[in-house]
Amino acid sequence: MMDFQLAWRNIWRNPRRTTVILIAVIMGVWSMIFLGALMRGVVAGMVKNGISTLTGHTQIQQTRYPDDPSVMHSIRDPQTVAAVLPKALPSGSHWTMRVRVNAVAANARHSSGVTLVGIDPDSEARVSFIGHSITSGKYLKAGEGNDILVGRALAEEFGTHLGQKLILMSQDTRGQIVSRAFRISGIFRAEMESTEKQFVFVMRRAAQQMLKMDGAVSEVSVVLPQYKHARQIAAALQARLAGEDLVVRPWQKALPLLTAYLDLYDNFILIWFVVVFIAMGFGIVNTTLMAVFERMREFGLLKALGMRPRRIVKGILIEALLLLLCGMAVGNLLGWLSCWALSFKGIDLSALAQGAEYAGMARVIFPLVLPRDIFSANGVILGLGLLVSLYPAIKAARFTPVEAMQHY
Amino acid sequence: MAIVECEGLSKTYQQGKVTVRALNNVSLSVAAGGFVALAGPSGSGKTTLLNLIGGLDRPDAGDILVDGRDYSRLRSAELADLRLRRIGFVFQAYNLIPVLSAIENVEYVMLLQGVAATERRQRARRILDDVGLADKYDRRPAELSGGQQQRVAVARAIVSSPSIVLADEPTANLDSKTGEGLLELMLRMNQAHQVTFIFSTHDRMVMDYARRLILIRDGSIVGDQDKAA
Repeated sequence: MMDFQLAWRNIWRNPRRTTVILIAVIMGVWSMIFLGALMRGVVAGMVKNGISTLTGHTQIQQTRYPDDPSVMHSIRDPQTVAAVLPKALPSGSHWTMRVRVNAVAANARHSSGVTLVGIDPDSEARVSFIGHSITSGKYLKAGEGNDILVGRALAEEFGTHLGQKLILMSQDTRGQIVSRAFRISGIFRAEMESTEKQFVFVMRRAAQQMLKMDGAVSEVSVVLPQYKHARQIAAALQARLAGEDLVVRPWQKALPLLTAYLDLYDNFILIWFVVVFIAMGFGIVNTTLMAVFERMREFGLLKALGMRPRRIVKGILIEALLLLLCGMAVGNLLGWLSCWALSFKGIDLSALAQGAEYAGMARVIFPLVLPRDIFSANGVILGLGLLVSLYPAIKAARFTPVEAMQHY
Repeated sequence: MAIVECEGLSKTYQQGKVTVRALNNVSLSVAAGGFVALAGPSGSGKTTLLNLIGGLDRPDAGDILVDGRDYSRLRSAELADLRLRRIGFVFQAYNLIPVLSAIENVEYVMLLQGVAATERRQRARRILDDVGLADKYDRRPAELSGGQQQRVAVARAIVSSPSIVLADEPTANLDSKTGEGLLELMLRMNQAHQVTFIFSTHDRMVMDYARRLILIRDGSIVGDQDKAA
């Protein structure tokens, strides 16, 4: 106890110096936690976007569909899949079947390439973003086969609005170009503008009729209660569907760029922690060295009184520990407060939407605090902080009493 | 019975390119319970001799036995343990720990010895009462006068009942009245607890108080006067 008492008093011998180094530790911890949480938030937003933009946690497609997503490569017997899913998926999972092909949308003013998505409105609403993204008009409903949902950006680009017609053209299963007129019944807004321009939604039955697909679908998309289990579930599904000409892909495989981002961010956060620490570490070493040299005569006295060198090392490390713990406590608190303050409205990047979208980021970023990031940040600071303090501590312990007491 | 025995001690220091011979073949024996002054001018080698007796430094040649322990056979850790339990130190500049109060400074040696907290506090109080600082327990060194600080240093040196106390110029920073009070105190401790005191000094008053006066010049003993004889 007296060791801690002595260490505590020692670190406050020079309050200004201690305050400066405390600020450095606080800023270091705060930046590690807060900026780390923002980076995690960016990645989480990207994953969420990727998954809710039709990917789902797991996809089932015809083997050749991922490389050539044409109507030719459809799941011809979706009932086989429908029979397997209830048995293979954990409770709380949702799935839907879709037609998804490239098409051209046109009206009197404009035309552009889009992705035509034929959906079952009820099951789709539980799987992707479209069910809760209608900002004007209404969502699709069974029996209204000519209705189409378009994104706000596409509507603006085409100069169209609710109730107007939109022609879709694509290639059917016989290789013929087919077209059909739909009426815009709803306009949706998505996290990314590109999503609003890319996807148009119609009833699955309408798409199948237009493309002469009979009962075939392009894909089955599954959402799991825990996205982390996607790989295992996909492997289990693949095993159950062995023999069928189908491929089951977890989102990590369906979105390889995003997966690469995730790995990159994991490493980047660790590098960021170490870089912050290096800057802070110099401050800690410098402060501790100054404190040690100022008190060299005292260390000489303590050795003269019979204190063992390892106890001197221990004393200096306790001082470093107290300094680090104080800085970490305040830094963690500030980091948590900053994340909490941003958790309500996030950081709105709408003004930078196009630039942000290029990287697949959401319009609004919410910080995401992961316990492992908190542990890593504090672990890096505490572990490396004590490690760098060893140098001045050992230096102090190595002087003989006579050398140390002659020190001015 | 001798508590300190030195035989053929030599010590040289390197000061830049100059080699300084601080001690030259010094032999000395001090009986237990002695009150001894090592006197001589600055640079004569008295502090070096005190440091060697205290195990703060190692001689280039010669043997030292303190309280029956041969320093040449002791490792650094054993020497530190000997200093902790058998030797007390009083320094010219008091050398108290500035962030600790008077009582905590006295307690600190006992903390290193592993004495329990309650006993530490009791013994520290008793010894501070003995040295006349009963009302100064909680004062930090900066709040004490030079004489009071040196009293705390003496209390720290004798609190764990060492066999020997080595005092390097203990009165050098004190006025004569305070210095005399301190010497009276140390003499009282010497008589009451049979603690051996060895001083390095060039203060006439310390020499007068000492029962044995050893004169050192240029690293050699040039006189040894036992006043009791």
